[in-house]
Amino acid sequence: VEDILSKAKKVAEQAEVFQVCSKVTPVHFEANLLKQIQSKESVRTALRLIKGGKVGFAQATGFIEPGMLVEMAVETCKFGMPAKFNFPNPKVYSKIDIFDLQTDAVAIDDMVELGEQLIAKIRQHTSEILCEASITKGITSVRIINSEGGEASYDKSFFSLSFEGVLIKDGDMLFVGDSDSSCHPVLDSRPIAEEVVKQLELARMNVSISTKPMPVVFTPHGVVSSLIAPLVSAFSGKLVFDGASPLKDKLGEQFFDKSFSLWDDSTLPYQVASYPCDDEGVPGQRTPLIDNGVVSHFFYDLQTAALANTQSTGNGIRHGGLPTPSPSSLVIAKGDTSFGDMVRDITEGLVVEVLIGAEQGNILNGDFGGNVLLGYKIENGEITGRVKDTMIAGNVYQVLRKLEAIGNDARWIEGFLLTPCLYCSSLSVASKAG
Amino acid sequence: LSYFILLSAAITGYNTQILEGKKMRDKIANSLKGHSADYVEIRLEESKATRIIYRGNRLEEIGKTSSLGGNVRALVKGGWGFVSFNDVNKLRDKVELAINQARIVGKEASKFSQLEPVTDTVTAEIEKNPMTVPLASKKGLLDEYNDIILSTAKIQTSNIGYNDSQRKVTFANSEGSYIEQTKLDISLRLAAIASEDGQVQQSGLSLGSQGDFSTVEGLQEQVKQMAQRAVGLLSAPQAKGGEYIVVLDPVLAGVFVHEAFGHLSEADHVYENKQLQDIMILGRRFGDKHLNIVDGAAVPGLRGSYKYDDEGVPASKTYLIREGMLESRLHSRETAAKMREKPTGNARAISYLFPPIVRMTNTYIEPGALTFEDIISDIKEGIYAKDWYGGTTSLEMFTFSAAEAYMIRNGRIAELLRPVVLSGNVFVTLDNVEAIGDDLQMNQGGGCGKREQSPLPVSNGSPHIRIRRCLVGGS
Repeated sequence: VEDILSKAKKVAEQAEVFQVCSKVTPVHFEANLLKQIQSKESVRTALRLIKGGKVGFAQATGFIEPGMLVEMAVETCKFGMPAKFNFPNPKVYSKIDIFDLQTDAVAIDDMVELGEQLIAKIRQHTSEILCEASITKGITSVRIINSEGGEASYDKSFFSLSFEGVLIKDGDMLFVGDSDSSCHPVLDSRPIAEEVVKQLELARMNVSISTKPMPVVFTPHGVVSSLIAPLVSAFSGKLVFDGASPLKDKLGEQFFDKSFSLWDDSTLPYQVASYPCDDEGVPGQRTPLIDNGVVSHFFYDLQTAALANTQSTGNGIRHGGLPTPSPSSLVIAKGDTSFGDMVRDITEGLVVEVLIGAEQGNILNGDFGGNVLLGYKIENGEITGRVKDTMIAGNVYQVLRKLEAIGNDARWIEGFLLTPCLYCSSLSVASKAG
Repeated sequence: LSYFILLSAAITGYNTQILEGKKMRDKIANSLKGHSADYVEIRLEESKATRIIYRGNRLEEIGKTSSLGGNVRALVKGGWGFVSFNDVNKLRDKVELAINQARIVGKEASKFSQLEPVTDTVTAEIEKNPMTVPLASKKGLLDEYNDIILSTAKIQTSNIGYNDSQRKVTFANSEGSYIEQTKLDISLRLAAIASEDGQVQQSGLSLGSQGDFSTVEGLQEQVKQMAQRAVGLLSAPQAKGGEYIVVLDPVLAGVFVHEAFGHLSEADHVYENKQLQDIMILGRRFGDKHLNIVDGAAVPGLRGSYKYDDEGVPASKTYLIREGMLESRLHSRETAAKMREKPTGNARAISYLFPPIVRMTNTYIEPGALTFEDIISDIKEGIYAKDWYGGTTSLEMFTFSAAEAYMIRNGRIAELLRPVVLSGNVFVTLDNVEAIGDDLQMNQGGGCGKREQSPLPVSNGSPHIRIRRCLVGGS
């Protein structure tokens, strides 16, 4: 890394080397049985240059001659975007707890046992279910150095447990699932088993639902699969700067329901999306995005912040290429209504647990729609069964402008979103009758 | 358990000449010798890639990447071990680690299809090599397209992603196969974003090719139409939700066949699943006699084409549905052996970081005899859906979304609608395909995602088709 930086400094005004090494061990179960154990090690080295005022970029996975990497980056410089930023000076980073020695120490045998226990618990409830499970442990080490003296490095441990089950009866398929992750080892499979059993219970009967607008409750899984993608794109500083976000001129405006708050937080201890600094060495922070319904901030990396005449929020994250504004962990504030009270409040309505296809509509405009892969019908204040062949369609901004209620209990979903249930008073539901 | 199609292509990187030569071949052969595993394979991969991204008038990223890495996969008593790495030295240690892991898993007799060992070197078929096109020319071409989009009235911004990559994959196994394959892949995705009165609408264009840069050249007229389409959507109404007769254009029908049947025909969903086997019995009727669905990497010149899959099995052309009936399915060596069927050469890995799994290649509905006129002329009220944003399936339920849609009224194309999302049940919808056109076209601009492996280059296609009682989401 030092060698690359010193070679790069000779040919460019500024330079930055980013390196991430990872070691991941996944254990996979298929069709209720242990199927495969993997061990994956990788090293990725990225070089960013500022030369002639323009940004150049090259990256290598695995071995590369330092001179070769510099040459590749230099070649791209003459076409690169004009650099509006400087690489960060030395910074003091707060200590963020994201490493637990115990995580890597979990033995393969224990991971296998964990998977067996989880599958056994769920098959105890429904013996015909066919289960897939993955138990993964891993460590990543990140190092960033730049020509301005900036330097950051950290290790992160992570552990995840995920489950998917399918129950097939006479050509009818029911999919259930849940997952959990942490920087600590996740050694208790009960929360996932309980969630999956709850889904199996609620979906025991298939019922039909009418085609019309009706009240809808999104569970935490439902919030992720329906509403989050449009919000993530709308709060990206880049889309705001480009004018492609519907929120571009809404800063400081009461645009959402007064009880709705959303923030990005990379400092939460032992969350897998947390970090002391982002992928360009800017310290992580908590950034309010929606504060009691008011659009309060967008998230930024260095270049976009400079273009927009603001500061980076420590959200410059690399997805295989240059850093780009991306959320770390997102949190939606809890409300004061229980899931049970929401259901009791509804005469005829729908609970959305999993929606498929929602990312494929016009996300920029906030539109979402798709097939309710797992959802339940509410009749006279009670869940009566699972709905099938049912689609919902709506707009995130219309849904979140006026919420009927927000859940008093929140759950982490997929390691990046902590959310309660959300209850909206009316949404378009289309169903195939019979 | 859901899959989707992405609109942009993979970035894999590269490094030349490191894996060249007899020395490496001997090293690989030696590492595979003298083990007690039922089967071991080594895959090494060098690649290089270029990526260019524009957002509006900003060239946001122009970068080059390279990659060198590999993996070992071992089978012991039905259990698998898999080790991936960037350091291609000490291969023997990695083979041992994979075998030890497999040994922890294995508890029964291994089942793996018989295969004659193959020794071969396959080079990419190149028309106009993207690797030799100077970066300045690539950028010049994209600048031209971007100018066309941004100079259109009411266009707020644009999005352009260009990727090209060259991969050299060396495959060797304990049965004596040794195969070197070089592959090229090019993809281009353009999007125009229009905005007015707080409304944002977009339209896109995506193309790809295995080794011909000229596929992404000369698109000026198409790009202009795309930008105008985005503007047109600003004033278009949303469809009313419900069931419709729907006509799909060849591009969207290709996404439909990929989602509505292709994934279900992947045998890894079926081979350990007794109930699904009962449903997916060969010979079961899925549609009318006019319906024929094919998948095959042996169909030449498409983005999903290759000579050998990532288990060294020769590519084939497979009829999934022939005359409406389930004829065969897509296999890896393991799924074929367990189901006592023939391997089809469909085990693919997106890179050395993953083991091969059963994947589609080039998937399409074969053409029938009807013209577009024949298909729409007797529709009183329906929807004509064109082009695509994406699609997803859970095996039973699937959704796919059109980028462009129109009402059909009294046999004619009527007003423009906002993009629609369509949905259906795999076991019912294929039987609702009531007309198949004569105008097969393949779409080369997509990628397929399954498990963590996305996007894999595939192509899919169809003629125009008509589906009765298709569920459309809307207001």
